Amino acid sequence: MSAVTIEKPTLREGAFGHATGLVCRECGHRVELGPHYACIECFGPLEVAYDFPAVTRAQIEAGPSNIWRYKALLPVPSDIESSPNMEPGFTRLLEARNLAAELGLDKLWVKDDSTNPTNSFKDRVVACALSAAVELKAKVFACPSTGNLANAVAAAGARAGLKTVVFIPSNLETPKQVNSAVFTDSLVAVEGNYDDVNKLASEIAGEEEGWAFVNVNVRPFYAEGSKTLGYEIAEQLGWRLPDQVVIPVASGSQLTKVHKAFRELVDLGLVEDKPVKIYGAQAAGCSPVSTAYKGGVDAIRPVKPDTIAKSLAIGNPADGIYVLDICRETGGAVEDVTDAEVRAGIVSLARTEGIFTETAGGTTVAVLRKLVETGQLDTSLETVVINTGHGLKTLDAVAGSVRPAATIAPSYAAFAATGIA
Amino acid sequence: MSVSVRIPTILRTYTGGASEVPASGTTLAEVLDDLEAHHAGIRARILDDNGALRRFVNVYVGNEDVRFLEDLATPTPDGVQVSVIPAVAGG
Repeated sequence: MSAVTIEKPTLREGAFGHATGLVCRECGHRVELGPHYACIECFGPLEVAYDFPAVTRAQIEAGPSNIWRYKALLPVPSDIESSPNMEPGFTRLLEARNLAAELGLDKLWVKDDSTNPTNSFKDRVVACALSAAVELKAKVFACPSTGNLANAVAAAGARAGLKTVVFIPSNLETPKQVNSAVFTDSLVAVEGNYDDVNKLASEIAGEEEGWAFVNVNVRPFYAEGSKTLGYEIAEQLGWRLPDQVVIPVASGSQLTKVHKAFRELVDLGLVEDKPVKIYGAQAAGCSPVSTAYKGGVDAIRPVKPDTIAKSLAIGNPADGIYVLDICRETGGAVEDVTDAEVRAGIVSLARTEGIFTETAGGTTVAVLRKLVETGQLDTSLETVVINTGHGLKTLDAVAGSVRPAATIAPSYAAFAATGIA
Repeated sequence: MSVSVRIPTILRTYTGGASEVPASGTTLAEVLDDLEAHHAGIRARILDDNGALRRFVNVYVGNEDVRFLEDLATPTPDGVQVSVIPAVAGG
């Protein structure tokens, strides 16, 4: 049987903005813009190449309060705002004074992506993938997912009027399943872990015509959406780069794109160049990148995940080696924490800053704490941590460890007896 | 042992467009040798210059990634399906 992923359509002028082609990150082999994601020479990941126009801070600031303010730097058409999309981004960058004091940091911010339309950073990448799928005239919008991506794809597909099919591991947290099933009638629960789901999606992408798997065959465009996290951090700091950033690592794509965003802003003259240390955060139950970092090796050995941080439970992270390279080159590190530390991280962020993060964010906060305690992170430098999603999606992770301090009769005497006052 | 090999889109130029081809061998290494004998050039796309699996390709025997088994020495029992799939990031 022969099949193609998406029929080669006639692209309209400027369908991918200022993108000029796709380039293999491994060997530099170049191909034309289209639904291609793996290099035919070496299987390396393809990335979007651009011929950027001159862009000014003023032009960006005059744009909408969402990721399309950076549309000149993304593989999207100039009229992107006219297409139905979820308009994610420009989420809050909160100065976290209380958490900074608790951890002993001088300056700390939380980039809070839990306030995106479906409450995770995945709305950013999906917005770019949706644009690509529409321009490529895809009939089905799809993904394999650990949950957040499924939510984002299902919602964005609904808004765009596209058929969506999303694949998740069958043991996923119930709130994440409901948050997808409410937007699509084609949520498919697969008996296996994320890596099994990912394999299945890759096989389907090779057989079914007209399917745009956001993180498979339109992945180069999808991944570019994560750059907007980096752009926003710099813009919200007053057009300057932070000293160090702590980022959760699943496949590693987000971390590599935040790094790419910072480099692009420097190259475009939008911010001054400076060293930025980049740190990766993993859960101990799925820490192939952290293990390689600590072992001083370049190869990532896949693992079978076993952690409550399911959105980070990718045992075979495709961008893991790039995470290693970036963290080492920038003077950062990759660290991992136990599930108990993940829970403590969730509660810590909630009780210091009023931000309820999911397990991935709990992992990131816990890793930040560990980096401080082990002296791997300079507490005098300006630090940003990224919160990728909302805690209501992973309620079960902390449901057993937080509860009412007391259950009392409705009387002052009963309250007084609790000792809370 | 006779096995079936699933071919990713980017390698189908070597198999005349076929998404699945038969091959034989008792280990993955032998299966790749047999694949090469019938579809010249395909092995060098899957293995690097040192003869190891390329970093961005995942090979499965049955449903298991061979990196969890014995890599190229992984046994390929009769009738098993071998899948060659590009690594993709993100979830």
